[in-house]
Amino acid sequence: MAAAKEKTLSVWGDKVHPKVRILGDGPPIVYLHGGYGPIETELLDELGKNFTVYAPEHPGITAGDEDSYKALDDMWDLVLYYYDLFDKLGLKSPAVVGHSFGGMIAGEIAATDPTRVGKLVLISPLGLWRDDSPIRNYIVTPQTELPALLFKDQHHPSLKRITLNPEDQDGFIRITWALGCTGKFMWPIPDKGLRKRLHRIAAPTLIVWGKDDKLLPAVYADEFRKGIPGAKVHLVEGGAHMMPLEEPARLAATVAKFIKG
Amino acid sequence: MKISMFHLMPYRDLPDDFAQKYHSVWVDPPYCELADSVKVGQYYNWTLDELIHAADKGIDGICVNEHHQNAYGFMPNPDLMGSILARATNGTDVAVVQMGATLPTSNPPIRIAEEYSMIDCISGGRMVAGMPLGTSQDVNLCYGIPPIEQRERYYEAHDLILKAWQSPEIFAWNGKYFKLPMVNIWPRPIQKPHPPVWIPGSGSLSTWDFSARHNHCYCFLSYWGNNFGKRVMDGFWDFVAKGNHDPNPYRAGFLQLVAVSETDAQAEKDYYKHIRYFYDKCLHILPEYFPVAGNQDYKSLVNSVTKLNPQLFDLMNKIPAWKYKDFVDNQFVIAGSPATVRQQLMEAVKKLRVGNLMVLLHIGSMPHDLTIKNIDLFCSEVLPHFRGVWDGEWDNKWWPESLKGPRKQMSSNGVHAAAR
Repeated sequence: MAAAKEKTLSVWGDKVHPKVRILGDGPPIVYLHGGYGPIETELLDELGKNFTVYAPEHPGITAGDEDSYKALDDMWDLVLYYYDLFDKLGLKSPAVVGHSFGGMIAGEIAATDPTRVGKLVLISPLGLWRDDSPIRNYIVTPQTELPALLFKDQHHPSLKRITLNPEDQDGFIRITWALGCTGKFMWPIPDKGLRKRLHRIAAPTLIVWGKDDKLLPAVYADEFRKGIPGAKVHLVEGGAHMMPLEEPARLAATVAKFIKG
Repeated sequence: MKISMFHLMPYRDLPDDFAQKYHSVWVDPPYCELADSVKVGQYYNWTLDELIHAADKGIDGICVNEHHQNAYGFMPNPDLMGSILARATNGTDVAVVQMGATLPTSNPPIRIAEEYSMIDCISGGRMVAGMPLGTSQDVNLCYGIPPIEQRERYYEAHDLILKAWQSPEIFAWNGKYFKLPMVNIWPRPIQKPHPPVWIPGSGSLSTWDFSARHNHCYCFLSYWGNNFGKRVMDGFWDFVAKGNHDPNPYRAGFLQLVAVSETDAQAEKDYYKHIRYFYDKCLHILPEYFPVAGNQDYKSLVNSVTKLNPQLFDLMNKIPAWKYKDFVDNQFVIAGSPATVRQQLMEAVKKLRVGNLMVLLHIGSMPHDLTIKNIDLFCSEVLPHFRGVWDGEWDNKWWPESLKGPRKQMSSNGVHAAAR
């Protein structure tokens, strides 16, 4: 497997300069991270065993490029921005995998111009809303309640990647800023109308969901399935919202099987 | 020196176990469990009566502000209160200080330009235009504005309001957040070119910069005493110096809790339980709400996390164990006999270099009668000693022009001769 490298792109008329992590060998996939920033390191490594993984940071998150989020007004801009980013990477119609907030964006990208996404994998994506199953706003959920909301193992070592610890000032700033930048596109309720666009998705789609996801109950897996033509659902027994951190190998195998199949 | 009475309009009767039973005083305290609308009606009327009483007793200005879904202060539209206060204080030389209508939550923001103009017209040109960015709780959590957009919306609303007040021509506003094809507000303010602008802040680097750049008065609204306040105000004065503005103390406002009684010992008897109520219940805010991620821009976030927060968290963690003496010694509240309050308040004003002081004379659960006592003692025993401070040396460019002269004489019963 090729060593991981990092590339800084110039996108959106030279106004946004995201860092992209590139690793692995094989057909290309784009991985879009969730609301806490690019923290799914082990999953990327696992995916790299089968694919060339391109993992961009969402606008504004890259160190030194914090103000660039201002160049994008809304979801429409963000979707076009990602086509621009694909072009800069020379990707015509890659498989796109996204988790949580990244899954919501992946869905929007696949629905807006269906020719730009070859295959689509949504891992516990945000983007839909049911009044009978309201989604907690994890950005303002008390820190003490986050482990139970997001993790299966409430002492998992990767919990520190999402925990605001005033003793770790750099981490505090990094996590807060990532939540702020991604929050821009989903505040105050993560429903920007994706439901009415889902029918446009042409890419073969896999929806992966943890059966014990407390943030996004698995009832939402069915909502996505109903909206996306031909979509398949893979429910993970005992899986929580942060599966990419807790079960990277198992998750990567599921993703690889679908994309290669 | 100008001193204005600030009022938050808190719910004065939260249950004893409030902080144990509920996780936040703001955003999600359940109204139907906690509040009684008949009582609330009484509170609004007391709030107005207390501010009007302070005006009668010679205070320089009276302030109201805006909060939402907040048991410690719930004047969702401060302009409703301000218009009553303007009417009730006509004939006096007291300023109506709107601290004020929150810019990013008012859509379109010319609504504020219109309402402030109404208050300025009703009051005969006595209004100060506070222009708050708004808290994260109010703007992001209660009113649904994305945190990271709040400041941009604020800047745009500010520019739009100032232009709407001043432009003799009808104009089109094609902004990022607001699009208005024919801006031509009726009425316009009496004060020309526009009422003085005060910017309330809580220590964000960007707000210091903004206030200094626009030559507005920056007001640090803090409940954490003037020692922490000095740290924030020093940061503001740095920006003033960098911007080559003069160090006019009237550029700066500060909010201080003040409680006056006959003696130091009596002050403790009168006020301690209300001070406790304020810090234990009114400031019982879920840390995740304050502020929400994205609410501070990156520079301000870094400054807060590395410089301000450690000191603030340290202070806040100590409060539960504090006794009356600690609140007073740390000057979270300047409290005591008139002589004590005079001396400590004077030191604070000089230390912070503040020309436009705001005093919170109603604190937490204070009943109406005690509030009146505090106002009476403050206005008769403390206020007169501050009249000449900074004057002769500096011009208060951030005060209504018509109110800049010496204050009118009071009649023997302490009521403005001209009032009513």
